[in-house]
Amino acid sequence: MNIFKSYLITIQKKIRLPIALISTQYSLMLEYRAEIILWAVSGILPLIMLSIWREAEISAKLGLSTEWLNRYFISAFIVRQFTAVWVMVSFEEDNLEGRLSPFLLQPLMPFWRYFSSHIAEQISRLPIVFGMLLVVFIFTPNSIWFPGIDRIILFLISLFLAFCLRFLLHWLFSMVCFWNDRASAIERLLLIPYLFLTGLVAPLETFPEPIRNLALLTPFPYILSFPAKILSGHDVNLINGFMAILFWSILLVTLGYIFWKKGLKHYSGMGA
Amino acid sequence: MDIISVKSLSKNFQIPEKQPGIKGTIQHFFSRKVKNVQAVDQLDFSIGEGEIVGFIGSNGAGKTTTLKMLCGLIKPTSGSINIAGYQPIRRKKNFLRQITLVMGQKQQLIWDLPPMDSLKVNAAVYGIPEQESIRRIKELASMLELGPELTRPVRKLSLGQRMKAELLASLLHRPSVLFLDEPTLGLDINAQIRVRDFLMEYNKQFGATILLTSHYMGDIKKLCKRVLLIHQGKLFYDGLLAKLSDQLSPCRCVKIELVEPRPIESFLEFGDIINYDGQLIKVLIHKSKLAENLSKLLNLFPVKDLEVTDPPIEELIGKLLQEGSFK
Repeated sequence: MNIFKSYLITIQKKIRLPIALISTQYSLMLEYRAEIILWAVSGILPLIMLSIWREAEISAKLGLSTEWLNRYFISAFIVRQFTAVWVMVSFEEDNLEGRLSPFLLQPLMPFWRYFSSHIAEQISRLPIVFGMLLVVFIFTPNSIWFPGIDRIILFLISLFLAFCLRFLLHWLFSMVCFWNDRASAIERLLLIPYLFLTGLVAPLETFPEPIRNLALLTPFPYILSFPAKILSGHDVNLINGFMAILFWSILLVTLGYIFWKKGLKHYSGMGA
Repeated sequence: MDIISVKSLSKNFQIPEKQPGIKGTIQHFFSRKVKNVQAVDQLDFSIGEGEIVGFIGSNGAGKTTTLKMLCGLIKPTSGSINIAGYQPIRRKKNFLRQITLVMGQKQQLIWDLPPMDSLKVNAAVYGIPEQESIRRIKELASMLELGPELTRPVRKLSLGQRMKAELLASLLHRPSVLFLDEPTLGLDINAQIRVRDFLMEYNKQFGATILLTSHYMGDIKKLCKRVLLIHQGKLFYDGLLAKLSDQLSPCRCVKIELVEPRPIESFLEFGDIINYDGQLIKVLIHKSKLAENLSKLLNLFPVKDLEVTDPPIEELIGKLLQEGSFK
């Protein structure tokens, strides 16, 4: 009983910081209710793409049925909602306005503050996304499907990993702020591969094979297409997908750490 | 025992330079010119445990850059810093637990939430047990005369209330070394006094070492026996505030109130007249001639009142910084 109690106390101590960070950020997000609704609504690109692809003749030629497209793009919509990342913009603002300095003086890597603020935003976005899905299913009842418990569990894991992967990618490029004040310009550059290589605008199945194979060598398909296919119930190589996420995550964590250490030596404490 | 030790500390910055106008913009786009600025130049000083030291100098003298190097925010170009056995730039967790940097007008509190939310996060970041953090918040809040303000959004607080809440957030982990950069900037006189009293109390209660920059000499006079005077990145003076006026000026300020008005010409031979309104004269007299000139003044004029003081330190420092050197 005592061992159980001491384990409980240890766990409580370990989770106190993440809970404090996420709950505070969640309170902050609730202050910006309207903004969150707008952000969620702005993520409807996959639904727009769905309507375009349903009408396109090429879908039929490629053997993509309406049901296939419905499931894929609705899943892509869900994935996109929970993999939104804006760390580059926040990091740049904090750097320019001097808010980064107090963070750097605390015994907590600032990475966790930004990470927890994204998690808090996703939690606050949850009811809005459910509401939007409800509307979609009311208007297109034939697109409702149940992928099965096993797929849902795998999807949730892959969704979280996809978010982590995208976050790590953006975090790495945020480090540019240490050398150049305007790193967020890179975010616009990342938008192009994000739109095309993740499968957001077009499923990877529609790409010519060499290009698809090339895309699969980048981290982008695992940010959206991979979890979306798990949820939609389509064929997907789970082992390859999870291994690719693991490989890219290790690489990005390593590079992020190296550039963080190097970047700190260049930090000028601007605005502080 | 010294808790802060700084040796030959220097910092250079490369600042881009751009000429105005289209031509300057195009030139700047294709070939960027940078100027090397020596922000801090060969600083040497040490500070003992529990000392409160004033760090004074004009804008751009290098005070904030030095503070940033001392707390490990920026890397020195050369020289060494040792704070409680740590090299700040390595930013070890145990070092960060011992220090704090408070910058007036810059905040760590979350703008749209009450200070309590930020305090809760700080307590978790520093691993302060929940009950202990509540006790510390109550203790510091009472010292700072903060109450319901802690549960109001930061954006709704006055500047003074915000500054006090900032101090509370910065001191929750009970740092033993405090770097304070203009902590009373923009505050009204009552808030300034409250913050000064609090810092004094904190220093006494916890034996904290404080390095304080301020443009308000009131802060320095009230809190610091010792001052470091910095100008253009170089250390001009390191010693007692009381002796600074001796170093800065060889004169005494003599205030004479006459029974009846006399022309200004009558006083020119005694020294520099800094104030004259016919009956009330303020004159700076060289220390070597003080006794002689005072007896001469008393013999020549019917004097109602006479006062000899050190010249105001603010004026001396201002003059020094304007002239850029000791005379």
